[in-house]
Amino acid sequence: MDAKAIREQFPILNQEVNGSPLVYLDSAATSQKPLSVIRALDEYYKQDNSNVHRGVHTLGTRATDKYEGAREKVRKFINAKSTQEIIFTRGTTTSINTVAYSYARANLREGDEIVITQLEHHSNIIPWQQAAKATGATLKYLPLQQDGTIDLEDVKATITDRTKMVAIMHVSNVLGTINPIKEVTQIAHQHGAVMLVDGAQAVPHMKVDVQDLDCDFYAFSGHKMCGPTGIGVLYGKKEFLENMEPVEFGGEMIDFVDLYDSTWKELPWKFEGGTPIIAGAIGLGAAIDFLTEIGLDEIAKHETEVSDYAIEQLNTIEGLNIYGPEKRAGLVTFNLDGVHPHDTATILDAQGIAVRAGHHCAQPLMKWLEVTATARASFYLYNTEEDVDRLVAGLTKAKEYFGDVF
Amino acid sequence: MSFDNLDTLYRQVIMDHYKNPRNRGSLDDESLTVDMNNPTCGDRIQVHLQVEDGKVKDAKFEGEGCSISLSSASMMTQAIKGKTIEDALGMSKYFSGMMLGEKEADESNMDLGDIEALQGVSKFPARIKCATLAWKAMEKGFEENK
Repeated sequence: MDAKAIREQFPILNQEVNGSPLVYLDSAATSQKPLSVIRALDEYYKQDNSNVHRGVHTLGTRATDKYEGAREKVRKFINAKSTQEIIFTRGTTTSINTVAYSYARANLREGDEIVITQLEHHSNIIPWQQAAKATGATLKYLPLQQDGTIDLEDVKATITDRTKMVAIMHVSNVLGTINPIKEVTQIAHQHGAVMLVDGAQAVPHMKVDVQDLDCDFYAFSGHKMCGPTGIGVLYGKKEFLENMEPVEFGGEMIDFVDLYDSTWKELPWKFEGGTPIIAGAIGLGAAIDFLTEIGLDEIAKHETEVSDYAIEQLNTIEGLNIYGPEKRAGLVTFNLDGVHPHDTATILDAQGIAVRAGHHCAQPLMKWLEVTATARASFYLYNTEEDVDRLVAGLTKAKEYFGDVF
Repeated sequence: MSFDNLDTLYRQVIMDHYKNPRNRGSLDDESLTVDMNNPTCGDRIQVHLQVEDGKVKDAKFEGEGCSISLSSASMMTQAIKGKTIEDALGMSKYFSGMMLGEKEADESNMDLGDIEALQGVSKFPARIKCATLAWKAMEKGFEENK
């Protein structure tokens, strides 16, 4: 894989920020978009824009074909059985909330348990806190190992016959931990629990096969995988989705409307109220084409190389602490002694280097790490070892800058 | 590289307050205590205010934060001590204006003291919330205890 050639496909990366060439190391927050995705959106709005599933006219047919074509691309990408199992949403958060509202509220009772981890993003914590409050179910946390991984023995001890729902992230957005989803799903199923996976940080970076994982729900976002913002996916096994009530009513999802009662369309449209996110889905389809052409295995390999190099180089900086396990996805979360991550990020930004600083929407994990905030550099297919060198030089400057004070 | 700009952000006096914060600590139970967090980063600050006869008799702060939020808290506690609530709130309003680039420190007829050094923050929009954190806490404290 030639990251430098790939980089040429991302016009935004070719610019100066604060007088230096941009080094973008915040793809875990949102990835940049290749020309093919930008063109797909441009073409759709210039040539095909129309509402779907209703116009008899030609543009309506074109828009519908493209929208449903994108659904098929998503199906194939994650190896779902049927496009009926692919629901377009606004993003991972909406996908998880759909399950927490529709499935969990209808199926959980007092005495039932929901199991999550302290690694989770707020979007995979709060929906379950709220579902627990609404149903009387109990929220339970899987313990974490010292390095931020989960141990299958703990999983076996925590998930019981009372557990009705298990919701876990595939890859941690802070520590890069890759969770053993297939194994946890097996344990959950042995106890009759339903398994939801937050795949926001996994799908952009590695091959995900929902049938192989055997999870019941899988949620992810388009914007972290070279697609536009505002589009995401909820995958759900048909047998679950069929028995679930819609969360939004009106627009695209209706079948027949009477004065006092109505019926819904079949799957997947039953969950797509309002005018769907047509352009977003088409953009996501183009992003999937882009990633597939390069190959997810190639992308994963490249990211591992860059992040291994980053860890090796960052370890040479005295007073820099890296959080997370040895085997990790392509991101590094760290803190520099005596320099608050906000200050680190500002000093890096002054050198054209974009990193994330803060709690990364994972305040319970920050509490576990006993820090209020951290800095994070996250890598994607367009990042190179030169980017890492710039980061290391930038951090050395930050240290010098603050070192004068202490 | 725009380190000149950085130098306006991290002025010597700011770094001094970060390194040697003034009025760090708590006050007795009688004091007014306000918690405030910066939702963008999770930083948390606690401001303690002791008010007597409409005047700020003492002010202290605790918490975790970046150089900008902690130095601002340190400078604020120094600046409002001995001021009437009205003056303290007026100062806070002026400070907000300064952060938004609407007001210049030297236009002020108040004694801003070290606070003037924070003017450079206005050039860093992402950091304005850090600088105003302690001030918002003070405002909230007086608002809730009117």
